[in-house]
Amino acid sequence: MLAFCMDEGSLTTLMSNGNPTTTIDLPVIEQESRTKEDVDLPWQVVVHNDPVNLMTYVTMVFQRVFGLQRTQAEKHMLEVHQLGRSILWSGVRERAELYVQQLHGYLLLATLEKTD
Amino acid sequence: MEICRRENALEISELDPFLAELLRQIPESATAQDSPRAKARIYSAPAAESEKGIHQEWKLYVQPELQRLFQSSTETVASDLKQLCGNEKAFANRSFKIPAEHADAWLNALNQARLAIAATNDFTESELGDHYRSPLGSRRDLSLFQVNFYGFLQELILREICGYGSRD
Repeated sequence: MLAFCMDEGSLTTLMSNGNPTTTIDLPVIEQESRTKEDVDLPWQVVVHNDPVNLMTYVTMVFQRVFGLQRTQAEKHMLEVHQLGRSILWSGVRERAELYVQQLHGYLLLATLEKTD
Repeated sequence: MEICRRENALEISELDPFLAELLRQIPESATAQDSPRAKARIYSAPAAESEKGIHQEWKLYVQPELQRLFQSSTETVASDLKQLCGNEKAFANRSFKIPAEHADAWLNALNQARLAIAATNDFTESELGDHYRSPLGSRRDLSLFQVNFYGFLQELILREICGYGSRD
């Protein structure tokens, strides 16, 4: 008669006298916890600095396009102004493209970038 | 120049003939398609150059949409500017109204014009920040004044019609 002994990471078959016969390493099963959107995640909407567009105008555009509160929109606007760029959104490519299209409609310098 | 916020419009009166002429130039300045620099700025790249697929799709599907949007804005502004083409004496001050429902079209056309002029002249950031340069020196000085005057009008529309005043 055979008995099975499951140890950490391996499975061992035992004879009735308790002597081990075969030891098999158990396969490592990785947990897949990403959603479909996460799989297509690596895209971000980046707005770049532009000396012509007015600060209040850029703030208004961020509020309209992304539905941000004014303080959040101003934070991104200042990031663009001071650091040269700000990531406004990240997610699936199709939606990122739509946001970039809207931003171009307002004549902001915006690009679609893959995240690292 | 006097500015008055009416119920459904922004009324600008006592407008100097020189400024009125600059306003009349908005549609033409906005559609400066003969300048490759202006065109490149108005239809800016959607992604890095290496993303060739995105660029191709963009040119095919998105650019025509943007072109229609920009053209519609300049047509609305051109129509509003007909108010400045009356039979008044050449040196008389003018008045005109920007209807509140045309605010977005005005912001867009003014932005197109500012970006096109700035790109064509390759203005630096410090030049653009110089709001006190006289428009009378050279064609370049006049263009810079034009960019700043249009920016002033944008601020006015943002504050008076869209409720976006600068916050201290």
